Amino acid sequence: MFKSLMTWVDDRFPATKMWNEHLAEYYAPKNFNFWYFFGSLALLVLVIQIISGIFLTMHYKPDGAMAFASVEYIMRDVPYGWLIRYIHSTGATAFFVVVYLHMFRGLMYGSFKKPRELVWLFGMFIYLALMAEAFMGYLLPWGQMSFWGAQVIISLFGALPIIGEPLTLWIRGDFVISDATLNRFFALHVIALPIVLLGLVVAHIIALHEVGSNNPEGVEIKKHKDENGIPLDGIPFHPYYSVKDIVGVIVFLMFFSLVLFFAPEGGGYLLEHANFIPSDPLKTPEHIAPVWYFTPFYAILRAVPDKLMGVIAMGAAIVVLFLLPWIDQCKVKSVRYRGLSFKILLTVFIISFIALGRLGMLPATPFLTLLSQIFSVLYFGFFIALYFTSKNEKTKPVPERITK
Amino acid sequence: MTTDGADLAKRRFLTNTTAVIGAVGAGFVAVPFLSSWAPSERAKTAGAPVEVDISKLVEGQLLTVEWRGKPVWIIKRTEQNLSDLPTLDDALRDPASENDQQPTYAQNATRSIKPHVAVMVGICTHLGCSPTYRPEMGAADLGGADWKGGFFCPCHGSTFDLAGRVYSGVPAPLNLEIPPHFYKSERTILIGEDGGAA
Amino acid sequence: MRNLPSVILLSIVLGFSGSVMAAGGNVHLDKAPGDLTDTESLKRGAQAFADNCLSCHAADYMRYNRIGRDLGWTDLEVTEKLINTRGADGEKTKVGELMKIAMDNDYSSVAFGTKIPGLTVTARAKGADWLYTYLRTFYLDDSRPTGMNNLAFADVGMPHVLWEKQGLQKAIFKTEKGEDGNDKHIFEKMEIVQAGTMSVEEYDAYVGDLVNFMVYMGEPMQLERKSLGIKVLIFLFIFAIVAYMLKKEYWKDVH
Repeated sequence: MFKSLMTWVDDRFPATKMWNEHLAEYYAPKNFNFWYFFGSLALLVLVIQIISGIFLTMHYKPDGAMAFASVEYIMRDVPYGWLIRYIHSTGATAFFVVVYLHMFRGLMYGSFKKPRELVWLFGMFIYLALMAEAFMGYLLPWGQMSFWGAQVIISLFGALPIIGEPLTLWIRGDFVISDATLNRFFALHVIALPIVLLGLVVAHIIALHEVGSNNPEGVEIKKHKDENGIPLDGIPFHPYYSVKDIVGVIVFLMFFSLVLFFAPEGGGYLLEHANFIPSDPLKTPEHIAPVWYFTPFYAILRAVPDKLMGVIAMGAAIVVLFLLPWIDQCKVKSVRYRGLSFKILLTVFIISFIALGRLGMLPATPFLTLLSQIFSVLYFGFFIALYFTSKNEKTKPVPERITK
Repeated sequence: MTTDGADLAKRRFLTNTTAVIGAVGAGFVAVPFLSSWAPSERAKTAGAPVEVDISKLVEGQLLTVEWRGKPVWIIKRTEQNLSDLPTLDDALRDPASENDQQPTYAQNATRSIKPHVAVMVGICTHLGCSPTYRPEMGAADLGGADWKGGFFCPCHGSTFDLAGRVYSGVPAPLNLEIPPHFYKSERTILIGEDGGAA
Repeated sequence: MRNLPSVILLSIVLGFSGSVMAAGGNVHLDKAPGDLTDTESLKRGAQAFADNCLSCHAADYMRYNRIGRDLGWTDLEVTEKLINTRGADGEKTKVGELMKIAMDNDYSSVAFGTKIPGLTVTARAKGADWLYTYLRTFYLDDSRPTGMNNLAFADVGMPHVLWEKQGLQKAIFKTEKGEDGNDKHIFEKMEIVQAGTMSVEEYDAYVGDLVNFMVYMGEPMQLERKSLGIKVLIFLFIFAIVAYMLKKEYWKDVH
C-alpha cells in the first residue's frame, strides 16, 4: 500500500530520490565529534524561531503607539503568550550561540577550504542575514534599548561621506526612529529576511551535500571508496547521524529550557533591563550596549577614534571572515595536523573575539578602550598573520583514511 | 561498518519508543501554541456580561445591545403577539424548542423568562447574518396574512417568529439562540450570566 | 588541542558571568526581602500599591482580576479593596479592566515636568533592590521643589508619598578626598527628624511587601514558568535516556 503510493509520488516528484540523496544515502564521515551537532541544531533553532515568530505576529502590533503594550499583552493576556515570547527571545540568543560554535568548528577543522568555499560563503551570508534579522527584531519590543540601539546602529550609516545623512533618513523614514521605522523593520523581520534566510540555508545544505562533509581529521572520505562507490569511512546520515542528532537536540533543548524557564532575562543580557521602559525619544538610557551577539563588532567600532574609520573597521571585521578560504593557504585542513603557528593564532583569535564581546558590553572608559584597541589589532592580526604563515606552515602528515 | 548481528527487535523497540516519546513531546509543544488562539483576557473582559435597563421599553419595541461583539435583541411583545405564537407551531421546524438553543429556563412556549420580554442573539443560525425586525402583521412580501410578525434574514431568506423560532422550509436549521441572562431587578437584565438559575 | 573546546566553553561562561551595571549607578542598594510564594505579603503589597501608587501611577498592562486570581481574592474583594477609579459612565471600574488612572499625561507633564511612568514592569527595569532602596531613602533637601531628595534617584521629581508613615529624615554625608583628588560627598547615615506613624522595622516591612508585589506584577507568571520548566526538564531527561540508548544501539554497527 505505502509502496505503491510512493511509486505513484516518485513518478511525479523525486521524493525518494531526495530522501536518499540528503539522508539515507548521504555518506558522512564516521568520526563526527561534539562540534558537529551545531549544524543540525542551527536548523532546529531556525524552525523554532519561525514557528514562535508566526504566533507572535498574531498578537503583536507594529505600531509606535501600541507596540510596547502589545508585547506586555502577549506576556499577560494571551494564553501561554509569555511562553511563546520567551521561546522567541531565548531562541535569538540560542541561534547565535549555535551559529558561533558552528563557525568556530569550520575554522578549527578547515571546513571552509577547497572544495567547500561556497559552503562557507553561503554560511557567511546566512550569518549576515541573521544579524540583520536579529537587529530588526530587537526594535520590535519598542523599549528604550530597542529604540536607542537602533538609533545608534542606523546612525553608523551616517558616517559614509556624502550619502550618509540622506541614507539614514531614508532607512528611518523619519528624522528619528519612529513608527515608520518600526513598521518597515517589522515587515523585513517577519517576511523579507526569513525568506532570504531559508533560501540561503537550502543553498548551504545543497552545496554541502554536493561536496560532502569535512570531519575532525580533515581527510576527504571520497578518496577511498568500495566497489559500490560508497566511501569506506562514510556512514549513511540516516539512521546513524539522525539518531545521534536526536540526542544532541534533546541535550540542547535542556540547556534551552534552563534559560527559557529559569532565566529568560539572562541577567539583563538577553532581555535588557532598560527595555522594560517604553521607548522615549527624549531620554537616552545611561548605558547602551547591543545584545551580546553584536558586542565583538561593537567593541571594534568603539576602539577606532574616527567615526568613518570605526564603521569601516567594523565592516571589515565581518568582510574578512568571507575571505577566509583565500587567506588561509595551508593545504592541511584540520587543526590536528596543522603547525604550532596556526594553533597559537587560532587561540589568540578566539580569546580576542570573546574579549571584544565582553568589552562591547561595558561602558567605554579609557582603559577599556585601550583593551578594545589591543584586541581589535589581534583580531585583524589573526588574518594577516595567517595569510603570511599558512603557506609555509610546518604541518604534520595527514593520514590517508580515518583511523580510530 | 556492518549491520551483521544487529539486534533488530531491540532496534525496533527503541525506535518506536523514541518516536512515541517524541510524538508526545510534540503534542505538549502544540498545546501553548494552539491555546494562544483562545480568547485573551482582553477579549474576555470585553465579553463580560452586559447590564440592560428595560424600564423604558415600550410594546413592540426592539432594543439592540452588544454582548461579546454580537447583537442581542430585547423585544417587548404585545398580548396579541403572545397569543399568536401557538398558532404558528405547524409552520415551524422546532416549535417546542427541543434543540439546545436556549438555557433551560427559556425552554418554554415563549422562549423567555418573562412572557412579554424576549431576549435573543440576533444572528441567523444559517450563516451568521443579522436578520431584520419585521413586526408588521401580514407583510405582503412575507406570506401575507399568515405573517404574524417576526424576523427576516436578508442574506438567504430565512424567517423566524417573534420567539426566534425558525420557520420550516428556509435555509436556517435552528431557532435563534437565547443567551444566558437573568433579571437583576424588575427593570434590569444582565446578559451573559445565568445568575445561578441554570 | 583536544581540550580546546572545553577551554573555550569555559572562557565563554566566565566572560558572561559578570554582572550588568545596576540601574542606579554606584549607589549602594539594600537587598529587598522578596518572596513570591508569600501570598499574604503580596496581598499587603497589592493593597499598599492601590492605596499609595495607583492614584498617580498607572499599571496599565495589569488587570485587577488577575491579582485576585493569582493571590486568592474573589472579584468582589478585588473591587472593594483595590479599585478606586470610575469609568466614563460613572460606574466603578470593572474588575477585568487594566489598572489605569484618571489623571492624563498632559496634565502630569505640566505639573511634574515629566510624564508619570506606568509601573507595571518597573520592577523588571529597575530591579527590586533599587525600588526597595528608593522608597526608603527620601531625605530632606531644601534645594528641591518638593523639599525632598533621594539617594537612589538623585533630584527625583516625585514627592515622598509615604512620608507620613516613614516620618522625615535627614541624610548625613561625610566629605572625603576621591582618587582624583576632588572632594566627594559620601553618604553616611539617615537621621530621623520627625517620626512617622510606623517604626523603622514596620516601614521596611511595608515597603518590602510593596516591592514584592511590584516584582510579582512585573512578571505575574514567574512561579508558573518555573514549575513548568521543571516538568519540561524531567520529560527531556527521560527522552534523552531513551534516545541515547537508541543511538548506542545503532552505533554498534560503526567501527
